[in-house]
Order: sequence, then structure tokens, then C-alpha cells
Amino acid sequence: MPRRYHKASVWALYVVGLIPAAWYFYLGSTGGLGFNPVKEFEHQLGIWALRFIIATLAITPLRDLAGINWVRYRRALGLIAFYYVLLHFSVYLSLDLRFDFGAVGGDIAKRPYITIGFACLLMLIPLAVTSNNWSIRKLAQGWNRLHRLIYLIAAGGALHYVLAVKSVTLVPFIHIGLIALLLAYRAVRRPIMNWKRGNNKPAKPVASQRARQNG
Amino acid sequence: MPAYRPPHIAASEITPRDIYMSRRNFMGAAAAAGLAFAGADSAFAAPLSAKPSAFKLDETLTPKEAVTTYNNFYEFGVNKDDPAANSGDFKPTPWSVKVDGMVGKPKDFGLEELMKMNLEERTYRMRCVEGWSMVIPWIGFPLSAILDQVEPLGSAKYVSFETVVRPEEMPGQKGFFQPLPWPYIEGLRLDEARHPLAILAVGLYGETLPNPNGAPIRLVVPWKYGFKSIKSIVRISLVEKQPETTWKNANAREYGFYSNVNPAVDHPRWSQATEQRIGEGGFFGANRRPTLPFNGYADQVASLYEGLDLKANY
Repeated sequence: MPRRYHKASVWALYVVGLIPAAWYFYLGSTGGLGFNPVKEFEHQLGIWALRFIIATLAITPLRDLAGINWVRYRRALGLIAFYYVLLHFSVYLSLDLRFDFGAVGGDIAKRPYITIGFACLLMLIPLAVTSNNWSIRKLAQGWNRLHRLIYLIAAGGALHYVLAVKSVTLVPFIHIGLIALLLAYRAVRRPIMNWKRGNNKPAKPVASQRARQNG
Repeated sequence: MPAYRPPHIAASEITPRDIYMSRRNFMGAAAAAGLAFAGADSAFAAPLSAKPSAFKLDETLTPKEAVTTYNNFYEFGVNKDDPAANSGDFKPTPWSVKVDGMVGKPKDFGLEELMKMNLEERTYRMRCVEGWSMVIPWIGFPLSAILDQVEPLGSAKYVSFETVVRPEEMPGQKGFFQPLPWPYIEGLRLDEARHPLAILAVGLYGETLPNPNGAPIRLVVPWKYGFKSIKSIVRISLVEKQPETTWKNANAREYGFYSNVNPAVDHPRWSQATEQRIGEGGFFGANRRPTLPFNGYADQVASLYEGLDLKANY
């Protein structure tokens, strides 16, 4: 893609990314989400949040292994994931539990999957707030460390999903499997990259190390 | 077993017989006129008459479309709309139910014979373990009616049930990813099975059972979570020991043998205190209602469990 379209394509991603939420809201408010529409809407928002987290985590291996550099889309993907998590929680709070804060508090305290889900939402807030160039400059290597929280959030999101369903059927299995694979990649990334560059050449520092050296 | 106390129902709440019968006539006439009943799920449903019973509820019936398209029947897929979408190839006739085990007179009941039992229309609440509920007008007969015919031996203490296995007609039973082992199996204590509220249903809403609801014959135990009410039954066995049950085998910590509806005993992962009545409230007005002990049938069934710790025996 020519460079001059990069910025426009990022904005297009925000629009496209939020279409599923708008579509399911439209279906829900016009009676198109079946006989338990609030639960269905809530579940779809949660699943789409996981999908955008998966997309965010896929950017690095895509560049490492396939040579496709979509890093310019990573911020948008992460922020869209945050918006979906926020919507997921808002629907649970409003349409589902009708602002019964006692019940919400009870759920968060007593139900491990809701405790985990809520913790993930809280952890996403600092990441969303620092998703701008000013924060990246200001926090320097701290920004990298902070944004490694996404690994914990992705694992928490997958666990939240496993614990919320009656049995792990195909759709949950695929989403959880992808997250597990993408997280596992982080553990083996350095040896893979060293092997790719060849053992006789000095290993180039990866992004985070580079930031540390520069800072 | 203590005497069965029928629920107190005001005479005014019972639909007068002439109105009731006129609806039957209308439905019969509609069928005679060749009017098709809408929906793929009703492919095998035909008008079915039954006498009214004292089992009525002062609660709004769940719309028939919801009852027949929002189902858990993993043999046809794990999503709520899968049974309605994927059960078109399932053939509920011919059918027979083998009743065997510790009985004096084991017997294969043909469907024709079962359909000639003393059929009653009974409106029951149905509470799913997932936290939603319905109100359904079933047509069926007490399970005790066929248990009596086979003459259970004194040593029989439990009843086990088995669903049909037909991968060629049930897409959820084939393929790489099987959510549960088949056949689906369930069980009751013999005194539970003999309780007058426990029925074998062969119809709902004035028709034979649609495929997504467990055609052609299923159990309905209204004071227990829905998964106990096993569908498309091919075998009923009287046994001495507590039988294995599918969901208990899948996760014993979460799904017990009894699985009586109990708002005071949470599922390990979610609360059972409230339920969403399907078809009520819609998108912006959904409103959860409190779940009742034994799903509102405590007056009739609580005596079955006297002295039993319901928290330990969930």
C-alpha cells in the first residue's frame, strides 16, 4: 500500500472494526438476536473483544515469520479491543443487570470468571490511556514494560471465556487455542529470530532491547 | 412416599372445557384444511389432542416459536438455534422405547402404544441450569404409568434413561469435535421417577413434539434443571445403583445427580438466584426474576428430600 494511504487505512480500520458492534446492536434493538437478545449481544461483544486481542497479538509474529509489517495497525486493533471489552461490560451492567450495583459487586467478588474479566478491563485502561505518541515518548522504555500487560490480559480473557461457557466447544476452543499459540510464540521468539538470522551473525537486539539501550 | 397434594388452583383460573375444546376443533380443522404448521422444526409435528389437567400456571406461556427454536440439544449442535436448524433429517417415527433392567416384565413400547396412553396437557415451568426459563404446555403422561406396567423389582432403586444415537441424522454426534460422549444418559431415584409431576412428554402446544424438543418422546421433570429432562428416549432401565449421568460425568463438581432447582445453591461459576424468562422484556426491558426453590414445585416435591442435605447433594 502506498505510504500516503496508511493514515486513511488506519481510520478505515476503526470504522470497520466497530461495525460488528453496531450491527449486533441494530439486530438486538429490532428483534433480530433471538429469544435471549441481551445475552447474545453481550456474548458477541466479548467474542469480538477476544478477536481484536488476537489480531493485536498476531502483528509481531506476522512481521517476524511472514515479513508482513502491519505494526501501523496495532494501536487501532488494541484500542478497538478495549472498546469491545468496555461495551461488553457496559451491556452486562446496563441491559443485563439493570444497574443493580449490588449484584455486579457480588459477581465480581464471588464469580472467578467475572473477577478475571473485570481485572482485564481495569488492566486495559492504562494501556488505552497511553496509546498515543506523547505517552510513548514520555514513558520511554517504561511504555514497553507497561504494554506487556497485554499478554496477561489475553490470558485472562481466554480464561474468562473458558470459565463462562458450559463446556468448551469448537468456537471457544479456536479462540483460546489462538491466544495460547500467540502467547507461546513470545516464549520461543528469541531463539526463532536468532535461528532465522543465522548463528554466525551477531544477533540484532529486538525492539524492546533496542529501546533499553537507547534510553 | 407421602400422599401427593395437588396444587391449589382457583376454579376461575382453569380454562373452561368448551373454550378448550373449541381451540382443539379449530386446530383440527386447520390441519384438515391442509394448513401447514410453519417452521422446519415442525416438519414432523402433527395436531395432538389431550385432556386438560389441573396442572396449569398463572404465568404467561413462552411463545411457541421460542420454545421450538431456543434449545439445548447438543446432538444437533451446541448453539441455541442449532437444534431447530439441524434437526430436519431426524426421523422420530418409527420409534420404540425399551424398558428393562430390574423389572418383572421387560417390554418394548412402540410409539403408537405410548401415544395412546392417557394424555394430559400440563403447563410446567422449565428452568435451565444456565439461568433462563420458559413456561411450556406439554402433552404427556406420568412416567409412573409405564413403570407400573413393567413391575419394578423390590431391588430397583433408580431409573436410568438413554437418548438415541444416530450420527447420520444428528450432526452434533459426528465430526471431529464432540462436545459430549454419546449416548446422552440421565437418571432419577425411583421415588422421583414415580412422582406424579414427572411425565413423559410426547407433545407441546397441541402438537406432537417437534424435533428440537426431543421428538418423539422425552422426560419432563419440572423441579429439576432442564438437562435432567432427557430427550428422544430409546431406553429406560431400572437399576440398583445410582446411574451415571452425562453432565455429572462431564463435570461432577458443577452438575450433580440431583440437580434440583435451588436458588440457594449457586453453580460454581454463576449464581442460580435469578433467571431470565425467555421471550419476556426483549432487548431494552429484559428483567430477571427470582428463581424459586424446586422451580416453584416445593409444595409437591420437597418431601422427597426430607433429611437430605441439598447443598451437598446438588
